[in-house]
Amino acid sequence: MTEGLKLDVERRPDLAVIYTDGYINNQGGEEIAEAAYALLDDGYRSLLLNLQGTKIVNSIGISILIEIIEKMLEVKGRLAFCNLTPTIDKTFHIMGLAQYATIYPDEQAAVSELQSGAS
Amino acid sequence: MSEFGVLEETHLTFRLAPDMELKARASACAVAKSIRMSTDKVEEVGMAVVEACINAIEHSGAADGKLHLELAVLGPAEADDPRVLRITIQDQGVGFDPAKVVQPRIEDNLRSIRKRGWGLRIIEGLMDEVNVLSGEGGTSVVMSKAR
Repeated sequence: MTEGLKLDVERRPDLAVIYTDGYINNQGGEEIAEAAYALLDDGYRSLLLNLQGTKIVNSIGISILIEIIEKMLEVKGRLAFCNLTPTIDKTFHIMGLAQYATIYPDEQAAVSELQSGAS
Repeated sequence: MSEFGVLEETHLTFRLAPDMELKARASACAVAKSIRMSTDKVEEVGMAVVEACINAIEHSGAADGKLHLELAVLGPAEADDPRVLRITIQDQGVGFDPAKVVQPRIEDNLRSIRKRGWGLRIIEGLMDEVNVLSGEGGTSVVMSKAR
């Protein structure tokens, strides 16, 4: 029954993209945080979370995403999201995440803006 | 909604354990689909059920370790015309005072160690109507969504 989370990371010039596949619960959130903090340690300051493969999140997982947002603000970096399901998008707006992390409809739109902002 | 009767009712009991929220979600989504809710609404129902279950897992302290899920399809009694899905999630835990629940704010979350407490806010944002009844006998979250 458990839908574990799988992650893929793509490192690009000035931007890293984390692809999620599966349920973002406490364990999934921790895995994303681990990947995000490793990228920060490697010098990345723009991170994009592509949630195309995630259909279910819970508030524990989202609270860990808030920790990542906090960390990015501390280092003057940027965390953005793309490819959210309508329900996850609505949930992020209910919580106010969109004030601190930009939500893009798709990866192309996100990359285009994040990379132009980085140069 | 008060003029509607119960057209169909399903009762399920789950053991409060990690990932039981996914089983409860699947059951609620199946009933929501069966009354032809839109895909987006089905997903919203599923997310609300996940959050209610997570709250029970984390806070209920239910000695019996169980969570009861009731899925009621409501509509005009004279016609087989489902209009509303009413979901009741009930535990027999220690209860809490809903009036003392602090509304979370993202601005505060970002400055605080505590980043939790969003469950009820999310449920209220996704469902049409939400009532929380809690006391010494446990907690019931009753939430409805029109088709």
